[in-house]
Amino acid sequence: MSKALLYDATMCIGCKQCEAACAQQNKLPYDDNVAAESVQSEHKFTVVLTKNDKFMRRLCMHCEKPACASVCPVGALHKTLAGPVVYDVWKCIGCRYCMTACAFAQPKYEWQSLNPRVRKCIMCPDRIAEGKQTACAEICPTGATKFGERDDLVAEARERLRNNPSAYVPRIYGLTEVGGTSVLILSSQNVEEYGYPSSKKLGETPMPEYTGRVMERIPDFVPLWSLVLGGIYWISHRREEVAAAEEEEQREKNGGAR
Amino acid sequence: MKFKLTFWRAVFMVIMAMGLYSTYVRFFRGLGAVSNMSDQFPWGFWIGFDLLCGVMLAAGGFCMVGAVYLFNVERLHSVIRPAVLTAFLGYVLFIVGLLFDLGRPWYIWHQLIYMNPHSVMFEVGICVMSYTTVLFFEFLPNVFEKLNFPFGIKCVRKIYPALIVLAILLSTLHQSSLGSLYLIMPSKLHPFWYTPALPFFFFGSAIAVGIAMTIFESTQSAKARGRRPELTVLVELGGALLVALWVNAMLRFEDFYHRGMLREIVKPSYEAYFLWLELALAFVIPIALLSFRKIRLSPNGLYWASVICLLGFITNRLNISLIGFETYVGHHYVPKWTEFSVTLMIIAMGFALFAVAVKYLPIYAEEQERVVVESLEPETAPGAATPVLIHAGD
Repeated sequence: MSKALLYDATMCIGCKQCEAACAQQNKLPYDDNVAAESVQSEHKFTVVLTKNDKFMRRLCMHCEKPACASVCPVGALHKTLAGPVVYDVWKCIGCRYCMTACAFAQPKYEWQSLNPRVRKCIMCPDRIAEGKQTACAEICPTGATKFGERDDLVAEARERLRNNPSAYVPRIYGLTEVGGTSVLILSSQNVEEYGYPSSKKLGETPMPEYTGRVMERIPDFVPLWSLVLGGIYWISHRREEVAAAEEEEQREKNGGAR
Repeated sequence: MKFKLTFWRAVFMVIMAMGLYSTYVRFFRGLGAVSNMSDQFPWGFWIGFDLLCGVMLAAGGFCMVGAVYLFNVERLHSVIRPAVLTAFLGYVLFIVGLLFDLGRPWYIWHQLIYMNPHSVMFEVGICVMSYTTVLFFEFLPNVFEKLNFPFGIKCVRKIYPALIVLAILLSTLHQSSLGSLYLIMPSKLHPFWYTPALPFFFFGSAIAVGIAMTIFESTQSAKARGRRPELTVLVELGGALLVALWVNAMLRFEDFYHRGMLREIVKPSYEAYFLWLELALAFVIPIALLSFRKIRLSPNGLYWASVICLLGFITNRLNISLIGFETYVGHHYVPKWTEFSVTLMIIAMGFALFAVAVKYLPIYAEEQERVVVESLEPETAPGAATPVLIHAGD
C-alpha cells in the first residue's frame, strides 16, 4: 500500500512549522529570511503561500506515475512502493530533463554549485521506512497536513467534502490529475490561484504515456527499419552488379564480332 | 612557416579568448554564473541551439550517405566525404557542447550503465554515441588513404554496408527522438508547437536541413578553396530540397488543420510573430525562390535559398525549446553573453577543424579527377558514350 499526504487548506493557519520541520529534516538552512521567501527553491522544498488571508502549501506531488522518473536517462529518480518519489544523487548526470518534464515544476537545481544536485521534497522516505509520519505532517498543529494510506486519505477527503460542501471547492486536487498523485489537496479556493497547473490542462493521462506511446514502438521499429534499409541497399547494388555483368557480356560479344 | 594574421584569424582568436573565459566561468563558478538558466528555464540556449540545432545541422551526413550508397545516386558522390566530415565534426563538437550543459559532465558515462529504457534522453544519448562511432568509421578511410594503408581501407569497405544501414537507422531514431523529448510537456509547451507529430517533424525537417546544409557547405568550401562549386550537384540538391520543403510544409499545414490551430496562428500574438518568422524563413521564402527555374539553376540562388531555409529551421528549434515556454513560465529568457560565447567557440572550433582536415586529408581528392573527366565531356557529347568513358577512366 502506498502512503500519501492530505493537505486541507481550510485547516491551515499559516504557521509555517512544516517549512521549518522540512528544512530541519533535510538539513537545509532556515531562518526568518528563508521563512519570508514565497517561492520554492533548492533550499526550500515546501512553501506556505498566503493570499487574502487564505493559505496554500506547495510541495512535490509524488505522482503515481511520475514524469521525472520516466524521463531520467540514468534512472536517478524513482517512485518507491511506499509512495515517495526519491532521488539518487550519485547516479545523476545533471541533464535537468526532470525539471523540464515535471508538470508541477517541482525539481529545483543548485545553480551556484560546482557539483549540483536536483532538489525536491522526497517525502521523508527514511521516516516512512521507520513507520513514522513525514516531518511536516508530524509537526502540523492543526492536522491540515495529514499522513496516511492514500486510499484512507481519499475516503476521508470525500467525507469532508460531503459533510461540509459549502467550505470547499468540490474536488480533490491530485485524485486523478496526471493519473493521480500521492499528495491530495482540499481547498476553499481554486488551487490554480496559487500557481498549481489547472486540472484541465494537466488531464488525467499519466505523463509518461505521452512519450511511452512513441518509445514502445522502438523495439519493433529497429529490426523492421534495418530490414527495409538493408533491402534497399541490396536491391540498388544488385542492379549495379547486373548492369556491370551485362556490360561485360556486351563487350565480349563485340570482341567476338571483331 | 610564418604565421600571417588575417582578418578571420583575428576573429577566431577573439572568439576563442572569450570562449575560454566563459569555459573558466562555467567550470569554476558554476552553471548559475555562466548562464541565465533558472529553475523556471532549466534548459536554455545550449539545449536549444547546441543540441537541437547542432544535431539537425549535422544531418547532411546521413542524408547524403543514404542518397549515394542506399539509393545509388552516383552523381552526388563528390559531396559524400565533406558531408561525412561535417557530420563527424558536428557530432563530436555537439558532445563537447553537452559537457558544458550537463551539471555533472564527469558522470556522462552513467548513461551506459544506469540505463532507463523509458527515457527519450537515454535513447538520444545512446544513439548519438553509437552514431558518432559509425561516423568515425565512415571518416576513417580518409586517414588510411593519407597514411597509404590499404589494408585499413579494405577492412572498412568490408563493413561499409553495415555502417550505412546503422547510420541511417540511428539517425532516424535520434533525429526524431529530439522531437519526442518535448512530448512529455503538453501543459508547458505552447500549442503552436506542441503536437503529437513532433518526432515526425523533427525527422522530416532534418532531411530538408541535411540537403540545405550540403548546398551551403559545398558552396562555402568551394569558395574557400577558390573553385567554382559543382553546379550539376547543386542543382540536383536544389530540386531535392524543394521537394523536401513541400512535403514538410504540407505536413505542418495538416497538423495545424487537424488540431484546429489555423484560426489561432493568424491572430497576432507574441508566439505568432515567432511562428510567422519561422514559417516564412523555413517554407515560404525558400519554396518561392526555388520555384523559379532561373534561381534553381544558379549557384547564388541555391546558396541563398538554402541559407534562408537553414535560418528558418534554426528558428523552429529555438521556438520549440525557448519561445514556446515563455508564456508558461511568465517571463522571458535571454541568454547571457557567456552562453553565446561558448557556442561561438564551439562553432569556431568546428570551422578550424574542418579547414585542417581539408588541408591534410584527401577530402576533395575526388574532385580533381572529376574535373578532368568533366572537361572531356563536351568533346565526347552527345552523352551516350560518356558513361563508358568514365568507367574506362576508373
